[in-house]
Amino acid sequence: MLTVEKTIRWLNLFGQKVEEKKVYLSELDQAIGDGDHGTNMARGTAAMKTVLEQKAYDTVQDVLKTAGMALLSKIGGASGPLYGSAFIGMAKQAGEGAADVSAILEAGLEGIRKRGNAEAGDKTMVDVWLPAVDAVKNKELSRERIDEWVKATEPMKAKKGRASYLGERSIGHMDPGAVSSGLLFESMIEEGVLDE
Amino acid sequence: MSDYGVLLVSHVPQIVEGLSILLREVAPDVAITAAGGTDDGGVGTSFDKIQTAVLKNAGESLLAFYDLGSSKMNLDMVAELSDKKIEIFDTAFIEGAYTATALLQAKVPYHEILKQLEPLKVK
Repeated sequence: MLTVEKTIRWLNLFGQKVEEKKVYLSELDQAIGDGDHGTNMARGTAAMKTVLEQKAYDTVQDVLKTAGMALLSKIGGASGPLYGSAFIGMAKQAGEGAADVSAILEAGLEGIRKRGNAEAGDKTMVDVWLPAVDAVKNKELSRERIDEWVKATEPMKAKKGRASYLGERSIGHMDPGAVSSGLLFESMIEEGVLDE
Repeated sequence: MSDYGVLLVSHVPQIVEGLSILLREVAPDVAITAAGGTDDGGVGTSFDKIQTAVLKNAGESLLAFYDLGSSKMNLDMVAELSDKKIEIFDTAFIEGAYTATALLQAKVPYHEILKQLEPLKVK
């Protein structure tokens, strides 16, 4: 179940992990994209941290929406609108009730798919979000499984985003968006968001 | 205040600057605004810059043209959150924008412009 405090702790831990992995994320993006995923994500999550500290929040919906707008406007590129859509989608669902984390995450996934039109196997963040939402539903999300889904993007051929222009040459590299999404789900586990 | 305006979005500031010059030559009376690059002038697209370009455009209803994928995603988000009607065209960037702008200048009806943009779709 999500509470205001828990949601903020989750998002701040995500931001901390992004900052720690900033160089690594950009290196991954260098291989198959434009090389700025780490810098962009770190800028976005830093802006998110700042707005979350600026005032007191009454609802989970409010936290998620504010976070989403910060990510949308500060990450830039394709990840800005994708993470923005995820969080704005989650915020809407949280307005219906913050107890059902799996419904909230499902709304986030819906936001991403609507924005990017990616499907399973396209070598995008959807390849982590899709199984993760399922696992949360069945109460079996774990660090090991997140790692597996992230690594599974390595042999895939990109069908969406800048990497898709590379065709076959996109094979053999992990998708940076899948890696950063993995950090988001890892942070969920570590902050106990999924505990009853 | 005119009915229609043209909105250009690119990953690079100089691309939309150059394209604006090209369009203004043929259509001096059409409202054209542009968003190019990231907030700090780098390569990429910025939600905030696009939103500003929408607000600054004198047109009530905008025809939007873009270069690559993330420009469109940011445009989509701005369109969803904006009060103006924004139609995004998946046409070849330069050809599409040029066709639309030249036809708006010639006061060709909107539905006719849509028809002429149709074969220019490449994305």
